[in-house]
Amino acid sequence: MAGIIIEHLKYKYPGTDRLALNDISLSIEEGEFVGIIGRNESGKSSLCQAVAGLIPSFYKGAYGGKVLIGDLEVKKVPVDELCETVGIVFQNPFNQVTGAKATVYEEIAFGLENMGIPKDEMISRIDGAMELLDISRYRDRYPFDLSGGQMQRMAIAGVIAMQPRVIILDEPTSQLDPQGRDEVFQAVQNLCSQGITIILVEHNMEKIAQYSNRVILLDDGRLIDFDSPQRIFSRGDLDQYGVEAPVYTQICKRLGHKMEDTGCYPVTLEEAKTVLRQRKGG
Amino acid sequence: MAIIELKDLHFSYTAEEEVINGMNFIIDDRSTAIIGQNGAGKTTFAKLLKGLLKPTKGEILLNGRSTKDMTVAMLAKKVGMVFQNPNDQIFKYQVLDEVMFGPLQIGMDKAAARRNAEEALESVALSGLETTNPYDLGLSVRKLVAVASILAMDTEIILFDEPTIAQDYAGKERLKEIVRKLRSQGKTVITITHDMNFVADVFERTIVFASGKKIADDDTKSVFLKKDILERAYLEQPDVMKISTELGWQESFLTIDEFVGAIKR
Repeated sequence: MAGIIIEHLKYKYPGTDRLALNDISLSIEEGEFVGIIGRNESGKSSLCQAVAGLIPSFYKGAYGGKVLIGDLEVKKVPVDELCETVGIVFQNPFNQVTGAKATVYEEIAFGLENMGIPKDEMISRIDGAMELLDISRYRDRYPFDLSGGQMQRMAIAGVIAMQPRVIILDEPTSQLDPQGRDEVFQAVQNLCSQGITIILVEHNMEKIAQYSNRVILLDDGRLIDFDSPQRIFSRGDLDQYGVEAPVYTQICKRLGHKMEDTGCYPVTLEEAKTVLRQRKGG
Repeated sequence: MAIIELKDLHFSYTAEEEVINGMNFIIDDRSTAIIGQNGAGKTTFAKLLKGLLKPTKGEILLNGRSTKDMTVAMLAKKVGMVFQNPNDQIFKYQVLDEVMFGPLQIGMDKAAARRNAEEALESVALSGLETTNPYDLGLSVRKLVAVASILAMDTEIILFDEPTIAQDYAGKERLKEIVRKLRSQGKTVITITHDMNFVADVFERTIVFASGKKIADDDTKSVFLKKDILERAYLEQPDVMKISTELGWQESFLTIDEFVGAIKR
């Protein structure tokens, strides 16, 4: 089982006085697709790094509380073992490339080599991940010769190939064109439907609303809310947390049009279309 | 106001593939967004304009003068470019030094450089971080440091490559304000972006690139109404336009204000 339980998590980066994560407790079911939103510096990336174990293994500082993935307590498991359970795609793909490998293929293989995966299985996993992210044609390219978008796909492929039970994506498609972005989100949603838990940080609220089962709202390191996208984006105080609702929600809020079944505002294009058609008398 | 003219512009990194394949257009005083699929040639165009790459054929004229006849240092006084990845741009240990570096390099005196740097930091809401090491800042703030570094140079042309990446609501609103302000100051503002809502909100003109060619060039609303072009370039309409289109409205809208206003009419 790879559900996630976070209990009273507190964290301060070395040399700082402020709690980057301030007493966060929540639980995520296995196979859930969870979005994390909040203004910059609200704790989104820190929370991701704490679930991935990089806090406190790599980023030192003051740490309290615990993060459990299934029955593993992340701070007690070495990162090289933890990466078989949880994978993270960094916000800036340039930071994810090892710099030690000459080709895209070798770069994707890097994590698998470290895990000691047999060669035949490695080949099959790498080919599958490259196909899923549509980067097979770049297999022999030097990683740093890729564009930002291509590099972002390579970084995601490298994590997917490791087949972790939890995948954390920190603004994974920021450098992709809109259609490429949708392809990646579809691929991630497919992984989620196979039972992999997905945690996504994203400033594109339309995508958060479209794909997430539940949304974590953070501010100043604190957990403000953890609920369905409809309930989160219907809150009247989002401005206070530096968050803008999806365009569709903003339109319906301005018109005062809520969904009849939930009493919330629409958050996706489909929901907004339904509500606006009803209000126009079909 | 600077006039940029592309004349049969070609560029290739390798002998096999042209990344810019015979482009002709003029960038005038309208704020201009360049959009297109990954690999369409957008960033390559930016580097050609900045003089970091040289055309393999054709030329770019800047106020009538070919950039081929200008050094990178000469172009630096005319064209400021905010890189997609701020780590490609930032190297000083203090934010203020970083933001003053560009102005000093193009020959501004120290007092003017400092004044411009402080004003630029204020416009991106980073006053107070002058002595911070840029590498202690998160990606979003580091990107704003990169923006301030270019604003401080006070160039005629400012080119933003994917400025909204990693920006939250406040950061995006700040960038929109900066674009409007630069435009009102008579600067030539160009952005390369995949953020269609950002384009819809502040850019007057939009040019679509696909496979190294210009395939559309018009006022922003007209471009986003060309669904076949958008599909060809792997793009999509801004979210407000998507909903008005899907609801079958004859009229189309770029902003929430326009759409809500029309519904209430």
